[in-house]
Amino acid sequence: MSSAESHEVHHDGEHESMSKKKIWQVAGILTLITCIEFIIALAVVPSHPNLLRFANPVYIILTLAKAYAIVAYFMHLKFEKMGLILSIAIPVIFIIGLILVLTNESHHWVDLR
Amino acid sequence: MSTTVSQIDEVKTSPWSGGRSPFNVEYGKIMMWFFLLSDAFTFSSLLIAYGALRFSADVWPAADKVFQSVPGLIDHGAPLVFVGLMTFILILSSVTMVLAVEAGHRNSKKEVMGWMVATVIGGFMFLGCQALEWGHLHHEGFWWGSVPGPEELKALFTKGSEASQHLTSQEFANLFFTITGFHGFHVFTGVIINIIITVNVLMGTYEKRGSYLMVEKVGLYWHFVDLVWVFVFTFFYLV
Repeated sequence: MSSAESHEVHHDGEHESMSKKKIWQVAGILTLITCIEFIIALAVVPSHPNLLRFANPVYIILTLAKAYAIVAYFMHLKFEKMGLILSIAIPVIFIIGLILVLTNESHHWVDLR
Repeated sequence: MSTTVSQIDEVKTSPWSGGRSPFNVEYGKIMMWFFLLSDAFTFSSLLIAYGALRFSADVWPAADKVFQSVPGLIDHGAPLVFVGLMTFILILSSVTMVLAVEAGHRNSKKEVMGWMVATVIGGFMFLGCQALEWGHLHHEGFWWGSVPGPEELKALFTKGSEASQHLTSQEFANLFFTITGFHGFHVFTGVIINIIITVNVLMGTYEKRGSYLMVEKVGLYWHFVDLVWVFVFTFFYLV
């Protein structure tokens, strides 16, 4: 890396969006979501067993919300150039693809067991 | 000598003609992003394989029965408490890492140093907790290729025959130790890298260089470890 390059990267002001206040806000949101997951697992589901089938989708939505907060704010991806955001976000399609393929496959494994 | 240059010799400045970095991000940071993308594929392959095996099983050991102890304190009846502590430690060490990056932008060596040390301590605490958790499960009889006896297993299930309980417990044990082990290996690597960076900060390497960009790059790796844990936590302990 040339020193001129680092100079340019350092001075474009792209990082000023993550202040200390914002960092603690995101940390608070992550802790809050985790607490909600605990409340669902320890208090809501044991006392209302008929809600059990809603629990897993809720966990997954909350997990994805946490993942978004970590990647967007802690890893700073939200404030990068659109080109970088897209080159990281679009390949995630492959993961979704594998989920679909193996979920479908697992239905056939039931008969093999 | 003429100072005018012909069209073709002009220095190009537009983003995609080679004049400057199109993503406006330093090379090493882009490479870290793509490494993490490939690592995300590895982790999701493991987790999706776990999901597929679990989907196709008729019974599965109940998470709140397998993980219901705080090693050294409470023997049973406290589901999620210990893993909750681990999750909180890892989130907090992610926060201290961003604070180190933020201090780096202000070129404040002392603050970067403090937050990096806090991050390393957080990493060691998580690894210590994981060692206790592994030790506890191993003590109960779970390991790669081994599970507790049929009587102990019965307590972890609500239904199912002895044979299917044995089979899915074995699948659970193999997947649990492989996936949390692979994650723990990443945490361990992250702690080592964080220590190296902390030593460099202490020696003033980045102060001389004029930017704390290296702290950002290892920060990305450290947050990724936290990100993976968020998924491991959900799919092993909650679902």
